[in-house]
Amino acid sequence: MSAFLKKYEGLWLFLISPAAIIAAAVAALIVFGAVFASWIALVNPYDLASFSLFDGLLPPFWQEGANSKYLLGTDDQGRDMISSILYGARLSLIIGLSALAIAAVLGVGLGLAAGYYGGRFDVVVMRIADVQLALPAILTALLIDGIARGILPQAIQQELRVMVLTLAIALSLWVNFARTARASTFVEMNKEYVQAAIMMGQRPLRVMFVHILPNILGPLLVIMTVDLASAILLEATLSFLGIGLPADSPSLGTLIRIGMQFLLSGEWWILWIPTLVLVALVVSINILGDFLRDIFNPRLR
Amino acid sequence: MAYFILKRIVQSVFVMVAVAFLAFSLFRFVGDPITQMTGVETSIEDQERLREELGLNEPFISQFLRFTCEMLQGDFGFSYRTRQPVANMIADRIPATLELGVVALIISLLVGVPAGVYTALKPRGVLSQTILMTTLVGVSIPTFVIGIMLIFIFGVQLGWLPTFGRGGTVAIGNWDSSFFTLNGWRALLLPAITLGVYQLTLTMRLVRAEMMEVMRSDYIRFAMARGVPMRRLHYKHALRNTMVPVITIVGLQFGGVIAFSIVTESVFQWPGMGLLFLESIRFVDIPVMGVYLVVIAFFFVLVNLVVDLLYVAIDPRLRIKDAS
Amino acid sequence: MLKITGLTVKFPSRFGYFTAIENVDMSIKPGEIHGLVGESGAGKSTVGAAVIGLLQSPGYVASGTLLLGETDLQALTFTQAHEIRGARISMIFQDPQTSLNPLMTIEDQLIETIQAHSDISHTAALKQAVDLLEEIGIENASQRIKAYPHQFSGGMRQRVVIALAICTDPDLIIADEPTTALDVAVQSQVLNLIQRLAKQRQIAFMLITHDIGVIAQVADRVTVMRNGRVMEAGETAQVLGAPKNLYTRALMDAVPPLDRKIDRFRVLKDDRIASSRGRMAERWLLEGQQHDLTGLSVHNLTVTFEEPRRSLFCKPPIYVALNNVTLNIKPGSIMGLVGESGSGKSTLAKVITGLVTPQSGEMRLGGAVLPVGKSRNRHHLSRQLVQMIFQDPYSSLNSRHSVGDILTEPLWFYGFIKNPVERKNMAASMLSLVGMPPDAINKYPHQFSGGQRQRIAVARALLARPRFLICDEPTSALDVSIQAEILNLLKELQATFGLTILFISHNLAVVRQMADDTAVLRNGRVEEVNTTDAVYEAPQAEYTKSLLAQTPVMPPSWRT
Repeated sequence: MSAFLKKYEGLWLFLISPAAIIAAAVAALIVFGAVFASWIALVNPYDLASFSLFDGLLPPFWQEGANSKYLLGTDDQGRDMISSILYGARLSLIIGLSALAIAAVLGVGLGLAAGYYGGRFDVVVMRIADVQLALPAILTALLIDGIARGILPQAIQQELRVMVLTLAIALSLWVNFARTARASTFVEMNKEYVQAAIMMGQRPLRVMFVHILPNILGPLLVIMTVDLASAILLEATLSFLGIGLPADSPSLGTLIRIGMQFLLSGEWWILWIPTLVLVALVVSINILGDFLRDIFNPRLR
Repeated sequence: MAYFILKRIVQSVFVMVAVAFLAFSLFRFVGDPITQMTGVETSIEDQERLREELGLNEPFISQFLRFTCEMLQGDFGFSYRTRQPVANMIADRIPATLELGVVALIISLLVGVPAGVYTALKPRGVLSQTILMTTLVGVSIPTFVIGIMLIFIFGVQLGWLPTFGRGGTVAIGNWDSSFFTLNGWRALLLPAITLGVYQLTLTMRLVRAEMMEVMRSDYIRFAMARGVPMRRLHYKHALRNTMVPVITIVGLQFGGVIAFSIVTESVFQWPGMGLLFLESIRFVDIPVMGVYLVVIAFFFVLVNLVVDLLYVAIDPRLRIKDAS
Repeated sequence: MLKITGLTVKFPSRFGYFTAIENVDMSIKPGEIHGLVGESGAGKSTVGAAVIGLLQSPGYVASGTLLLGETDLQALTFTQAHEIRGARISMIFQDPQTSLNPLMTIEDQLIETIQAHSDISHTAALKQAVDLLEEIGIENASQRIKAYPHQFSGGMRQRVVIALAICTDPDLIIADEPTTALDVAVQSQVLNLIQRLAKQRQIAFMLITHDIGVIAQVADRVTVMRNGRVMEAGETAQVLGAPKNLYTRALMDAVPPLDRKIDRFRVLKDDRIASSRGRMAERWLLEGQQHDLTGLSVHNLTVTFEEPRRSLFCKPPIYVALNNVTLNIKPGSIMGLVGESGSGKSTLAKVITGLVTPQSGEMRLGGAVLPVGKSRNRHHLSRQLVQMIFQDPYSSLNSRHSVGDILTEPLWFYGFIKNPVERKNMAASMLSLVGMPPDAINKYPHQFSGGQRQRIAVARALLARPRFLICDEPTSALDVSIQAEILNLLKELQATFGLTILFISHNLAVVRQMADDTAVLRNGRVEEVNTTDAVYEAPQAEYTKSLLAQTPVMPPSWRT
């Protein structure tokens, strides 16, 4: 029995940890909603015809003057809050995940190679990382955004918004992956199984991806959750600042920016509901990330 | 050791040059400076003349060199938007951002370090668990949300503190400081807390992790075996050794503080460099963007260099050669 | 002085209780050096930790009594126990490097310890500390005391650790593997120091170690433990020379003697390659032995490394790892390579396998020149003919690959067997050949013990059909009894398949058992090379003589 438990220790720890379960449930709920937004949502916030100003500024169902069709109320344009959140979450997640993926592939690839080859290649990669690190993430993202604005003609700017944003966030996150991958790779390079593989005459690419990579996944996975949270927060921040996604295809950050206008006037739901959803999403991801970190580093338990 | 310091300085210079190059490329390749500056009425010949005067037809390298020289002398060019010298624009805003950043950093250290130490030494207590949970949430809430919440609670509902602007400032030479009036402090409080909270949670978690690691080390065990008093063990041994890696991260965080100030300044309409940068992005005011880049990088690099030097001062292994 | 009765320590975990030690009895008189010996998992460190009250949480003492003189150690509160620590009991650990706080000077660490237990002024404490360091054998103590730990060499550091332990004049010192990390010469000095302290200051020592030779040399009485229980205890000469307990007897059988070569160790597990499942692998390996046995020779091999730059003006210092080394390993024989840490033995292995490039010199495998370092093609034949077995069984196998993946890799890479199913069969057969159950093939390395992993490592090496095998400290991380099994296995394989082996180790006794010829390496130079018997019985070089003299062994007169 105890042997069986030891094998699935990770799973077992998960099941007895209320925080992890709640976090996973919340995250799953939001993700589910985001994925199936088009089916669940009442209105499509991008489709100008599907809502009208007459429905605007309706409060949530437990307050006076609410319309039972819009459970959580509507914003000033008449868009249903729930729908806005679902589509907003979808955008936030898409951008966050894509940026993460790009950053991970780029960062891990460069970090692995830097650790394996060492020498000049390593120095070059580290210098580039140094330069990038001299500029905090927000700055990099803002810069890239600004450059895109300056380079691309007005016409296609809107369409490329999502791509530019994703690229900007990815470029500010890759360094994290690169440094961790590089440090872990250095450690593994000293281990004898790597030396055995190199001695055998295996190709460097094979040694890196078949032998080393599976062994450095642990810390990388932890970084991935943390950076996913960072990516989503970064996108939300950019949108909040007005540089991210615009009001007609809003992400959660944009919705918060819109809601801020109503801070003093009483339509609290336009601001606080998207805020709650955003915070819930990021907190869940962080809890899961902490949980993963505890699994991979049993000493800290 | 001297070699180590020299190497670090060279590295820093390299980074600055690289950043300057980036900024310069921004200038040259994003948009056309001439059209930005002159507008449609100017004739083609005048535009060409302006091009010649500004040296825009010269080869790339010489332009870059000229750019760097001018920067070193403090000439940062002119803003596309306001036609003012960028140097003045930024210099006006530096005090606001710097004061905000320093207060935020102090708040984060004053609360974060003791909290980290406490949760490391008493990991199972109720207070520790509460602190941990709170920080987890704190790390997840974006800075702008914290700002909004604080504005809502203290500004709108309670009406205790002002919600935007700097309030009263006192000019000391060229420097407009908030520190000398009560009004100034009241206006500074909310933005500083907003900015500091995120840094605080990071610091706390870091100190905790490092300290727990240190408490597990052999020399702590040996000191215990020798009967060294627990108090001295915790502070003279454990805390001091924890501080070494923590210093690096705090240094990096200072950079984070400057960066996140962009968001805080936006929420509170705090007239600092960050707000300036935001506006410059909106208007694609390349000169301001580029200079901001260089200034921020400079701060960062400077702080990192100081941190490395501190490292050398604290860790004897870097100062003195070892026996082998 | 110290009397332990019926000590049981348990560790609760979410899977139930783990009993680390059970019903342990022990008694130590003042001035006695009491050895506590056992293999890994015996619980020796747990006994020491329990006595001084530093059990790793969540461990606790489930039952038993601990009496230090008249004091019942169990009845003390934390504060009282903490006061006793240093004053009456002290403990020293294995690694002197990590035992000292790197950011504090020796002076600070000594004075704080002295002042924690007695009310004297800073100046008085300083004088006491300096006197102590001189007594321990650190010259120029009043200067050296102001230094930081990293400025001392390994042996000196351990002396400082000992100084810290005795500066408060305790009655009992628990020494947990105090010399394991040290070279033979340094180990000898530290052991002498311990003996002197025990006699002059009447300090009792609990000397915890896995090294039987150390026990034989310094311990007055010894307790043998296994899996948390005491197997046997008594006067050292009697327990080691004429053990009554079955386990102790098996343990002593497994200890390699320094004075003669035995054919096979007497072990519980029989490694004869008689299992039918191993036949297929055996036949396959013999097929590959058709051509001549391969010898290796190196001529004037020099390897240097550039250290990191320390100053702008001077060039970076050059570290000479191997200096003009010439060796000839006869085909089909085993050459032992003996040396302490830093002697260059591992570097030699790396040069032969092409991981390191020499500055000058030549190598020949079976007469043909071996290209060096980067110039060795990835497909060069030597990459298959020369295989290596590493020291650390925990890092020599990729923990993310299954045993099957690890073993079939050489078969696939060298193109020996094209069909995946056949490859797996051959791998399973090879597992049987090295004494492993064939169902291991689907398991992962972490599911096996150190000894079993080394067997898998041997199987992996053999599956490349090598002619030349380098064994780099293959048993240094293993328990004595497991070591005996693996050495038997290697001997058996060498006899059956006629492999040429370079056997590297710092353990002189082990090399005596394995090698036909022996080379002694020191600071990158060959001090002596000859047949094993000649080197061990009539050493020519001074260094060899002192190495042999300082290696702790059980006096042959004890053996009955």
